[in-house]
Amino acid sequence: MAAKPDFINMIAMDNSLLLQLIIGILIGLSAGYVGSFMVLRKMSLVGDALSHVALPGIAIALLMNINPFFGAFTALLLAILIIWFLEKKTELPSETLVGIMFTLSLALGLLLTPEPELLEALSGDITKVTFFDLWLTLALSMVIIWTLKRIADNLMLGIISKELAMSLKIPIHKINFIFLFLAAFIVALGIKVAGTMLTGSLVIIPAAAAKNISVNLSQYSKWALIFGALSAAAGLLSASYFDISPGPTIILSAGMIFLGTLVFKK
Amino acid sequence: MSEVILKVKDLSVGFERDKVITGLDFSVNKGDVVAIVGPNGAGKSVLFRALLGLIPHFGQIEWARDLKISYVPQKFSIDKELPLSVEEFLKFKKKKTADIVDTLESLGIMTAKHAHHSEFHLQEHILKQRLGWLSGGQLQRVLIAWALLDNPDVLLFDEPTAGIDLGGEETIYNLLKKLHQERNMTILLISHDLNIVYKYATNVLCLNKEMICYGTPSTVLDPSSLAKLYGGEAGFYKHDRHG
Repeated sequence: MAAKPDFINMIAMDNSLLLQLIIGILIGLSAGYVGSFMVLRKMSLVGDALSHVALPGIAIALLMNINPFFGAFTALLLAILIIWFLEKKTELPSETLVGIMFTLSLALGLLLTPEPELLEALSGDITKVTFFDLWLTLALSMVIIWTLKRIADNLMLGIISKELAMSLKIPIHKINFIFLFLAAFIVALGIKVAGTMLTGSLVIIPAAAAKNISVNLSQYSKWALIFGALSAAAGLLSASYFDISPGPTIILSAGMIFLGTLVFKK
Repeated sequence: MSEVILKVKDLSVGFERDKVITGLDFSVNKGDVVAIVGPNGAGKSVLFRALLGLIPHFGQIEWARDLKISYVPQKFSIDKELPLSVEEFLKFKKKKTADIVDTLESLGIMTAKHAHHSEFHLQEHILKQRLGWLSGGQLQRVLIAWALLDNPDVLLFDEPTAGIDLGGEETIYNLLKKLHQERNMTILLISHDLNIVYKYATNVLCLNKEMICYGTPSTVLDPSSLAKLYGGEAGFYKHDRHG
């Protein structure tokens, strides 16, 4: 109980924490929503692998002295193009290739990333966010949530039955591509918060928790958004309170929410 | 004669050396009920997919212009954990709840016998359920409702009553018959049950990688073509024309 006024004081006294909270919550919201469909598409591990693919992109951006977000996004875009192509051309599970791709890029990233920035790239550091990050995050999360809402029905139909969707003339490959594109965006954004090692979990855990307690799609989307935002907020506040790194505390908060939802599992 | 709405010419599906279907020729008139029969692996579902343009094929498939075609795939499993309600699923077809309720009722999912209050309760109940929680028969009926929701001109049913009990099967075939009679709907269905074929089909297409026969059930379903179709193992019709 006594902690509550402490938190308020903490935010009030620290403009940077407020900025972090806004950015973190925005990313949490969109990560939860995108994650909800990644979980349904059985892409949980792909999400994880994707975040590792970003590492060499970040490294190259750092070496070229540009914003790491753009490096990460470029690398991710390349990765999703490959995944999309494979999904379209084969019925094979893309697991093997994703597995290979992710370890290779991790190896490459570890070699390329300058030593001082390596830990930050791996576990994220939202404490260094700027106002530019705020505008970027605000714009991108709005685009992500709006776009995903528009394709959600068709995406879901494709998940239930590809044939059923195709018989309705739904451009399923296009829809899948747009979705993977959104996934690349959110992972690139999430790396700022949780780093390349943990972003996959930021996308997946809130959605997995939401799935535990939802009977229908609208509940599911709503809870995924809420749990994403809640994980980010709780993680950032506790990290600031205990003066530790926020990436891991965000993921641990998400994990605690997941455990909580198991009790109410439908 | 009534108008031709589907013309299939020299249709083949598969790879050069491994054909699933070869050299199919047939046409369907408006208002026909065509039953496609054949053993497992004969290419019946593949034929449907080709007709819908879902898979590549050789030869010609010509549908009449501006047809609304609905398709019910062979019974598929839905993840029990999938967070999607029956109502949300049916609303993917962008229809009003009233239409959904009407269609479900015509399929015998909700009976109108109940008093007003409990009837409402029942409707609420099934619509709010998770799709993955339905029994096999319920799911199949919901899929059929899905297909009927936008008043199609042509229905393609892949084993419409798989997993449905005997009484339910009657209901569904009687509904198909009604749709056929009232709306002159054209129906193509895959069935294992030759009784059903005799009772409801106007035409039958016997398929076993190639076309074995095509015509009215009583003219084409003779012992020799059945033997050819099922490899002489069809015990349904015994023929005693020895000597």
